Order: sequence, then structure tokens, then C-alpha cells
Amino acid sequence: MRWDTNKNAYTLTFAAVLVVVVGILLSVAAVSLKPFQRKNADLEKMQNILRAIRVAVDRRDVAAGYRAYIEAAQVLDDKGKPIEHPETPAFHIDLATETKKPLAEQGLPIFKAKKQGQPYYIIPLYGHGLWGPIWGYISLESDLNTVYGITFDHASETPGLGAEITQPYFQDQYESEKIFDDQGHFRGIAAVKGYSDPDRDKKDDGRVDAISGATITSNGVTAMIRDRLRLYIPYLKELKMRNHG
Amino acid sequence: MAEAAVKTEVKREPLFSRRNRRLVTDPFNDNNPITVQVLGICSALAVTAKLVPAIVMALSVTVVIAFGNVVIASIRNLIPNRIRIIVQLVVVAALVILVDQVLRAFAYDISKQLSVFVGLIITNCIIMGRLEAFALGNTPWRSFLDGVGNGAGYGLILVIVAFFRELLGSGTLFGFPVLGKSTPGQETGLFAMGYHNNGFMLLAPMALIVVGVIIWVQRSFNGKLIEKN
Repeated sequence: MRWDTNKNAYTLTFAAVLVVVVGILLSVAAVSLKPFQRKNADLEKMQNILRAIRVAVDRRDVAAGYRAYIEAAQVLDDKGKPIEHPETPAFHIDLATETKKPLAEQGLPIFKAKKQGQPYYIIPLYGHGLWGPIWGYISLESDLNTVYGITFDHASETPGLGAEITQPYFQDQYESEKIFDDQGHFRGIAAVKGYSDPDRDKKDDGRVDAISGATITSNGVTAMIRDRLRLYIPYLKELKMRNHG
Repeated sequence: MAEAAVKTEVKREPLFSRRNRRLVTDPFNDNNPITVQVLGICSALAVTAKLVPAIVMALSVTVVIAFGNVVIASIRNLIPNRIRIIVQLVVVAALVILVDQVLRAFAYDISKQLSVFVGLIITNCIIMGRLEAFALGNTPWRSFLDGVGNGAGYGLILVIVAFFRELLGSGTLFGFPVLGKSTPGQETGLFAMGYHNNGFMLLAPMALIVVGVIIWVQRSFNGKLIEKN
């Protein structure tokens, strides 16, 4: 049988059949691959949280490592008070949707870890790079000021440029930087231009070297650290008083 | 009538006849999609700062172009002429989404490295070009060979460009520091002697210049490519 492929009816039917076939195919693929993708995402999240306290684990052992190091996970309200029974547990709070809510309804996740007897506080970060979201985890030492470790990740930054925020040479610079200045004012940590700056290795200026060719991503990282950590200031201050008082 | 003629031809021709082998080998030199047809330049600029993403990108493009060619060639006599571009786009988009989803489920790390560029395979001019120029008028098997050849020809240029950009821009190959360590204060190898990475190589314009140099070199060896005025 031979159809007249130039008839309108044929064209419309062909288009309809094609769309239905492709639609079914893609839905089946998406639904059947979803569990694998979600498991990958959860494991990666655990891996990133652990990397923030400088624990590198293979993806196979990450679940056990997470149980060993992470002692507690809490959700704070916008005043910095822990919520007793949060709707979503801290681990499953998705900052991509959470940050779209009004501040008063947002839950702020925080993780407490213990490594070699020392307590660490891990705060998730979420912000915007050049092409899409960037996120990460920052861990603070028991003085709630010094950065112990940090890790960044991104959805769609340019490989070789913005995507370099995932590289150790960039992330290692943040270690031992301080998020409050000498007067105790919150300042965050800025990624700035100027590798020739003689002060680049100073740990008390709140500055690290940005990535050449990735100014917008670097600025996004600066803004992300400042804007997310700012929300935790009430909690950090109260905890500091309790620890020292 | 046309259909019948094609069928008898296929019966007589062995799978890897000389004519079919040329489909795979031509795109490496005489008919390279990047240096001769000047297609697919956009992604050649974007993913070639490092070797690993360039290679995975080349493989993904080859898979999409080969299977896209097969699908379009198999239904080429059913596609209504007036919406053929849309049909090609739908087929390519579906294949790209499948590749992306499968990578995400089973090769998570690679999919993260390529990020947005997997999705952008849809817009790669080589793919639409091959579907329109070749798959619409040829059998699935010949179209498959044509897709593999063009994907590989594209990949070859990507790897050459990425080799020079990674070597001169970052001083590494596949992430290994072949020229010595460039960490300030503890340089080794060439860097200890005062060598510096050329940060310019990491930017897209340098990829264009490297492609230009490749075209120059290729034309000085291959007289067939030079236009006679």
C-alpha cells in the first residue's frame, strides 16, 4: 500500500502518531530510570556532605560513612530555632524549591558531624551561577567561625571555566578562612580577582582567588555563601554563647 | 519505482563494499564536518578545554547521529515532505533525551561532566545536516555508516583541539600534569623554569583559532580541498 504523503490528513496523522510514539517511549524511559537516578542523587548528596568535612568516600561506601560521621540533622526556622517535628527531614529538604518560599516558611537544614572527637557544623548552600543553579556544603569548626571544609557543585556551568568550582584547587582555598571579621561582624568569603595579590594566602581577609574566565560563576559563589550563611547567624550566635557560657 | 531500484541495489552490494567504507573514511579528511563543511563549530568551541569531556561528547554525538540517521532512513518514505525538518528534530531530541537519561542513571559522573552540552547535541548542525542531506535519500545501513563516519570525523577534530587547549592552557593531558606542577610556590618541571600556562587557551576564541590552524594544515596537505578560481 502506498499513501499520498502530501495530503494534509496524512501529514496530521503522521505528526500525531510520531508524537504519541516518542512520548510513550520517553515516559517509559524516564519512569523506569527514575529510581536509579534518585539513588545516584541521594548518594551524591551524602558524598558531598561528607566531603565538606574533608572525608572522601567511594560511592559504594558512602551510606555507611554517612551514618558513621553525621550525628544529627536539624531543621531551623527563620529565627534560628530548631523545629521539633519538621515536615521534611533535613536531608530531604531541596533548597531549589525551599528558597522559592517566603523566608518565614523556609526550613533551614543543618547537619552536625563528629570527626576524630571534634564537632563540625555543616550548612548546605544554594545559589546561581552563570547558566543555572550552583550549590554546595560548608563546614564550620567548633568556634562557628573558621571554615573547615567546603564543596561546590553545579548544574550547567561551562566545563573548564565555571565548572572548575568543583575542583580541589579552588575549594581548598576556603579552608581556615573566617566568615566573621575581627569585630564579629558577618562578612562571608568573597572570591575576588587578582591572583598576583600578595595577600592571597592570608586567612583573615575573607577573600579567595576567583576563577579566570568565570567571573559570573565566581560572583555567584560569593553571593551564595553570603546569602545562605546570613540566615544562620542567629543560630550560630546563640550556639556560640551556649558553648562558651 | 524509486524504492524498488534502491532495494535491488542493496541486494547486490556487500555490507562493507568500497563505496560503503568511503562513507566512514571520507569524513576524516576530504569531507570533515568541522574543517571542510564547517558545521558543529559551536560545540567544538565549548567542550574542548579539556580532553575527557571532548571525548565523551564525541561519543554521544556519534551515537545520536548514527541512530538518528538509521531511524530517519527507515521511515524516509513515510515522512511527509512539508514537516520533515520537524520530524527530524523530534527524532533527534528524543534520542538526545534518552542518551542524557541513560547517562544520568548509569554513568552519573560522566553526565555531570558534560552537563548542558548533552542537551545541546540537539542543536548540533552536523546532525541535522546529515539527516537532511543523507539519511532522507539512503538506506538505513548506509546512513548508519555515514553517521558513524561523521561522528568520528567530528570527534577527531574535537580531540585534536582539546589536546592543544588542555596542554597549553592547563599544562595537563586527561588531567595528568605532563609539564610539571603549576601550584604556586611548589612548581616542578617546566613550571620551575619559569614556564606559564597560557590562560588564553581556555577561552573559546582560541578554539576557533586552533580550528583555523587545523584547516590550514589540512589544506596544505590535501590539494583536493583548495578551490580553483
